[in-house]
Amino acid sequence: MATKIQAIVDRYESDKGQLVSILQDIQTEYYYLPKESLEEVVKLLNVPMSQVYGVATFFKAFSLTPRGRHLIKVCLGTACYVRGANRVVDKMELDLGIKRKETTKDLRFTLETVNCVGCCALGPMVMIDDKYHGQMSSDKVSSLLAKYE
Amino acid sequence: MVRLSSPQQLEGLRKSIVERKDRSKPCIALCVGTGCLAYGCTDILTAFKNEVEKNRLQDKVDIRATGCPGFCERGALLTIYPQGIFYQRVKMEDVPEIISETILKGNIIERLLYTDPNTGERYTKEADVPFYKRQQRLLLDSNNKIDPTSIEDYLAIGGYAAFAKALSHMKPEQIIQEIKRSGLRGRGGGGFPTGAKWESTREAHGDIKYVICNCDEGDPGAYMDRSLMEGNPHSVLEGMIIGAYAIGANLGYVYIRHEYPMAVENVTIAIKQAEELGLLGEDILGSGFGFKVKVSRGGGAFVCGESTALMASLEGKVGEPRAKYIHTSEKGLYNRPSDLNNVETWANIPHIILKGADWFNKIGTKGSKGTKIFSLVGKVKNTGLVEVPMGMTLREIVYDIGGGILGGNKFKAVQTGGPSGGFIPESLLDLPVDFDELTRVGSMMGSGAMIVTDENTCMVDMAKYFVGFLQEEACGKCLPCREGLKRMLEILTDITRGDGRKEDIELLERIAATLKDASLCALGGTAANPVMTTIRYFRDEYEAHINERRCPAGVCKELITYSIIDEKCPGCGLCVEPCPTKAITFVAKKKPVILNQKLCIKCGTCCDICKMKAVGVK
Ligand SMILES: Cc1cc2nc3c(=O)[nH]c(=O)nc-3n(C[C@H](O)[C@H](O)[C@H](O)COP(=O)(O)O)c2cc1C
Ligand code: SF4
Ligand code: SF4
Ligand code: SF4
Ligand code: FES
Ligand code: FES
Repeated sequence: MATKIQAIVDRYESDKGQLVSILQDIQTEYYYLPKESLEEVVKLLNVPMSQVYGVATFFKAFSLTPRGRHLIKVCLGTACYVRGANRVVDKMELDLGIKRKETTKDLRFTLETVNCVGCCALGPMVMIDDKYHGQMSSDKVSSLLAKYE
Repeated sequence: MVRLSSPQQLEGLRKSIVERKDRSKPCIALCVGTGCLAYGCTDILTAFKNEVEKNRLQDKVDIRATGCPGFCERGALLTIYPQGIFYQRVKMEDVPEIISETILKGNIIERLLYTDPNTGERYTKEADVPFYKRQQRLLLDSNNKIDPTSIEDYLAIGGYAAFAKALSHMKPEQIIQEIKRSGLRGRGGGGFPTGAKWESTREAHGDIKYVICNCDEGDPGAYMDRSLMEGNPHSVLEGMIIGAYAIGANLGYVYIRHEYPMAVENVTIAIKQAEELGLLGEDILGSGFGFKVKVSRGGGAFVCGESTALMASLEGKVGEPRAKYIHTSEKGLYNRPSDLNNVETWANIPHIILKGADWFNKIGTKGSKGTKIFSLVGKVKNTGLVEVPMGMTLREIVYDIGGGILGGNKFKAVQTGGPSGGFIPESLLDLPVDFDELTRVGSMMGSGAMIVTDENTCMVDMAKYFVGFLQEEACGKCLPCREGLKRMLEILTDITRGDGRKEDIELLERIAATLKDASLCALGGTAANPVMTTIRYFRDEYEAHINERRCPAGVCKELITYSIIDEKCPGCGLCVEPCPTKAITFVAKKKPVILNQKLCIKCGTCCDICKMKAVGVK
């Protein structure tokens, strides 16, 4: 892991100001922020653990616990909300048997909500991994989830 | 490409690019913006490439992947040049026909043209489509004319000419005067005069100064910054380079929220191209002026769009705002003078420099000059990005451009300004939209989100939605905002559950006043706007919830019931299987189904499924 973190930090020329971007890249690599990776960042950037930990917990994008193979993000931005996005999340919770911010036991899915992914014209929007699914409604949820292993 | 060492060389390069371009050569411009991605445009793009190869047309037809031209509702969108034929709702199956009919024979494919749902009229050209006709697309117009990853495309439409003009014919002070005279106000929400901000940063003491581009776009329902950054990143960079030159800054940052990967990618490419050409870096165009730009990603916190929080985040710290006794133009990033502007603000700069303050001044209203991009979304027929001169009325935007309300429903309100803004009722539809008029009616310009709501939107629920949003997104550093929002959310939740009390409305108003006076940053300071405007214009809905335990819009779960409208239900049975609690029972063909209230958990699935509108909500 150490060499991977080193490579990421090098990419940003060890610039402390790029901490958020560095953590983003680590998360892209491991789907979450493993504890050892944070310790590595502390060493390489020479910043206190409290700062790294503070940033990692302040921003919603980061997760300190392992996440599922597929990350579901249901948009609850205003445009999606007025078109019934809350019914979509409700149905997801029902189908998956978890609440938002949780991961299914078999690590298949993690369910999250976001505030606008910038495709408002097609709301309600659901993103699964990097794929956009527009014009969602509660009745389309089950068949969508079935497509993911 | 060679590094340019003078403005003359830049003009020379532009000329050679334009001369090399064959304007009569057919070009298929396909939108690969994020909206169209959801319509599968990447596959369509590949299909076009394959089809062109199959027909051995590689040298005769250009295919261009462009940014978002705004009409995302109608994606995937396609424009065929030089004629400017506009196709919408394009699918994979249409690709061979477009090549064989339109490209090779020049025939128009009728079914792909935009048909006005209200009049049935068809339009061949983009500019004639009602959605576009009333717009004045100063900033967005180039989005479907260029490939955002090609600096040559940007140069071909006159890119970097404004910067060359500023560098060779204007002194920094003159540039600032021109921006001041133009009347440009920041598009990030507050509408602060851009020229004045530049001037104070220029005059601030310090050897090192920064310019920053705010592409955090935390406002839910707004995506114009995304569209500009993805579709025309060079125009934003050019604005920043001009600004840096005028202010005397040598380093710039573009701060982009992490939900916008394509924006990060495209601006990173653009920066690299500009560096290679010598438009960024040391000794730009041989002038001695040096400027570098770095890209930084946000972590998805709404409060990080606020200037001081954003700068803290850029320093690698937790994104908490600080009090602004000292302006960021004096002590911003790393305590040095810093100028922060919004994406759209930066994108306006090249136009003003090239065409002059007087030209810009003629567009818009007395206090708000130029155009504004709005994201017209929600319950409106034509959703997408619209760019109009300031001062156009809400009615024109929602009805003439937006085509009216979706599904023949009744208009209720337009929400502008996001969580800092408010709801504007039908009686104010003739309001000319600009910074001051919106503030006058209790709302805000904000980033330009316009969310149209209809009779099925509950105003108390919306107020609760925004307060809930802000409560989650606030940094929690100061007490009035932290506790005030929490309390407001509790009260609003009670009301939507039918547990509201008569004195609740007054209590909400009192908390709102405290938040306004005592919050540290503008998040808390404006947080009560959505609540206050809904109380002001839709008090009857609050009263229905409190006094009658009724949700007139049929939204608040605890107060509604779903039932089958027997006359409308032919018993098709579509809703039976999907009901998660088996609350619906099939009886027989042509007989209405039966819904068991006791089992129903009000998930709304049956309502979404039923095409006969046979599921009623009360
Ligand atoms: C809570 C909060 C969130 C904000 N979010 C944004 C944002 O996402 N994008 C933006 O450009 N400005 C945002 N602003 C306004 C910025 O603080 C700042 O005023 C603006 O970026 C300045 O640019 P302008 O002068 O070009 O408008 C926000 C302000 C507050 C208080
Ligand atoms: S008003 Fe709210 S968001 Fe702003 S500093 Fe205070 S707690 Fe943080
Ligand atoms: S889907 Fe509608 S029409 Fe069909 S059975 Fe259900 S309520 Fe009746
Ligand atoms: S609202 Fe949901 S639970 Fe109730 S009847 Fe319809 S599908 Fe079933
Ligand atoms: S509000 Fe959902 S994509 Fe913008
Ligand atoms: S993303 Fe294609 S039109 Fe907006």
